[in-house]
Amino acid sequence: MAAVKLDMDRIIDDRRTRIIVCCGSGGVGKTTAAAAIGLRAAERGRQACVLTVDPARRLAQSMGLTSLDNTPRRVDGVDTSGGGSLYAMMLDMKRTFDEIVEAHADPDRAAQILANPFYQSLSSSFAGTQEYMAMEKLGQLRHAEEWDLIVVDTPPSRSALDFLDAPQRLSRFLDGRLIRLLTGPAKAGMSYMRVLNAGFAMMTSVLTKILGAQVLKDAQTFVTALDTMFGGFRERAESTYRLLQAPGTAFVVIAAPEPDALREASYFVERLDTERMPLAGLILNRVHTSAAGRLSAARSLAAAETLDMQDRPNGDGPRYIVAIAALRNHAERMNLGKRERRLAEHFTSAHPAIPVAEVVAQPEDIHDLDGLRKVGTILSQQAP
Amino acid sequence: MTTRDTDWDGVRLHVVTGKGGTGKTTVAAALALALATGGRKVLLIEVEGRQGIARLFDCPPLPYDERKVALGLGAEGAAQGGDVYALAVDPEGALMDYLEMFYNLRRMGKTLTRLGVVDFATTIAPGLSDVLVTGKATEAARRRVGSRGSEHLYHAVVMDAPPTGRIGRFLNVSTEVSGLAKVGPIKTHSDTVARVIRSPQTVVHFVTTLEEMPVQETLDGIAELQELTDGAIRPGGIIINMARPALLDEADLAAAANGSLDVGEFALGLKAAGINDNHGLAADLMTELSEHALQVALQNRERDELLTSGRPHYELPMIPDGIDLAGLYQLAAILRQQGAA
Repeated sequence: MAAVKLDMDRIIDDRRTRIIVCCGSGGVGKTTAAAAIGLRAAERGRQACVLTVDPARRLAQSMGLTSLDNTPRRVDGVDTSGGGSLYAMMLDMKRTFDEIVEAHADPDRAAQILANPFYQSLSSSFAGTQEYMAMEKLGQLRHAEEWDLIVVDTPPSRSALDFLDAPQRLSRFLDGRLIRLLTGPAKAGMSYMRVLNAGFAMMTSVLTKILGAQVLKDAQTFVTALDTMFGGFRERAESTYRLLQAPGTAFVVIAAPEPDALREASYFVERLDTERMPLAGLILNRVHTSAAGRLSAARSLAAAETLDMQDRPNGDGPRYIVAIAALRNHAERMNLGKRERRLAEHFTSAHPAIPVAEVVAQPEDIHDLDGLRKVGTILSQQAP
Repeated sequence: MTTRDTDWDGVRLHVVTGKGGTGKTTVAAALALALATGGRKVLLIEVEGRQGIARLFDCPPLPYDERKVALGLGAEGAAQGGDVYALAVDPEGALMDYLEMFYNLRRMGKTLTRLGVVDFATTIAPGLSDVLVTGKATEAARRRVGSRGSEHLYHAVVMDAPPTGRIGRFLNVSTEVSGLAKVGPIKTHSDTVARVIRSPQTVVHFVTTLEEMPVQETLDGIAELQELTDGAIRPGGIIINMARPALLDEADLAAAANGSLDVGEFALGLKAAGINDNHGLAADLMTELSEHALQVALQNRERDELLTSGRPHYELPMIPDGIDLAGLYQLAAILRQQGAA
């Protein structure tokens, strides 16, 4: 089944596109794809900003991202003749979180929260917080109105879905029963408390036993402090969520032609559909193709075997070593390509309406603007 | 049972990490198969709730329970392999275990779950959830059986751990938790866990492919472990995965890379194999060969880079048809042959 082609240039050139979110499982080339899309957009006249989370060192350097300072920096070496520009920034998770706290609490309370051990653990750990902060930063950049296109590279989550769930998980947690218990009877309401009172006393004693009194007290202080900012938190999470559902957003799912990555991509596509998030298409990265497809793997291998038996005149091994290597190499590549094609077809049969763009595997890693430019060109020149 | 020396004799907990897409789960499973020799039991633990192990071994999703999933790889000759058990740990199950083991409070645990205590642990204090999960792995590694606990139940435990970017924090549980709890039972528990993880019984293996980013992350990960824990957590081996073997010797590869191979000789070869060079087929094949040469050169550069770490390394080839059970045993045999198990 032939998939519909993803037309990346149409998305980039459409001024109504304000946010492009690149998502997918770890190790599929999300950061590279996001940077390539940002660069191409800038060179086609957009004021683009790439928000990245964890770029490879050399790629980061090529974009001038030498420090993690949470501010977009202008990227040099971009062709700005079309009136566009490219900015890039690396997310500083803790700093972003600190800024939210400072924005939502009075100075005394903010200082109290920032010093709390639970806050420090939460704000510098990776599970969930990074996703939440990436979405928060996206909201900030969008509202700054300095750029007309923001390309986000999502965090290297355990699962591609984590960043969608993170804001809601945090807000669900803050709304949870435990929080109401910890923050005390005043919040929970008296009748509720009467039912729970015996249970509550027992639970507090068990928690004290397991966690220790100090931990429980710190936790209580923290959630009480956080509780005052709760409204702000939830509002922000919800507004970012709405931003992602808006028509100006385009999700691009990135996958490598491997079973795990495509399985994740499949889940993600279905999830976006359920959440009514606008999916632009799938980028299938690192695909192996051959310009010599007219020579089949089987025929190529058979030819290599024929040559294996033709020794040099002096009997010192096969005569045509290079030809044998080329034929075996070709057969391997054809087989790999065939397997990848089958995996891709598995995806397209399940999701026939999703546009797909393929990026052929590059023999070397991409770590400069020229490499990114090349990926951008490949993305936009999908044969019909 | 043979008493062959391996590089990791005496290690009871093998933590396997790696960047996403490098085949961490596959390598952890192959290592478990390779370690399970001569009737020994090995436990393979998954911590990220992806059910990757069940998929690899082609069995139903793993519950929170130690289940036998495969026979270990038999030793050279006819000796029987041992057994590989698998367990998918989640923070909630680990919390129940912890409550039962230390407080005999399993029923209370269920109430705590309903009240969202587990959400609390995983959301607001990920350090607590990590200590529960690693606690389960260290408990399994130390578990004893036999009269007066004379023997370890598991010869070794292999943990399919979080990816390289998170491994330092994940394993550095005592520091993470001591920020939260200065005294008390959680602190005591995390200290016990930390003692096992920081003992010579535990090593952290890094899985990587020969590509720039995974290699860089591997080196950064090793340095981070050293830095975070002052060398207390020991890096193990570097396991290179999905390497592609070179098809030509060095001189010919270099010539292929810079396009100076003898095209005439090459065309003669094709002709001798009965393939006509129509529509530039020879040129296309030469281009593919030069790309192969570039890839081999990149692999060599990245391998040299890895070797600067001074860690022992093992190299697994790309299994061309994708990983199935047969492929896993093939990788296990290579790991054992290279001395990793």
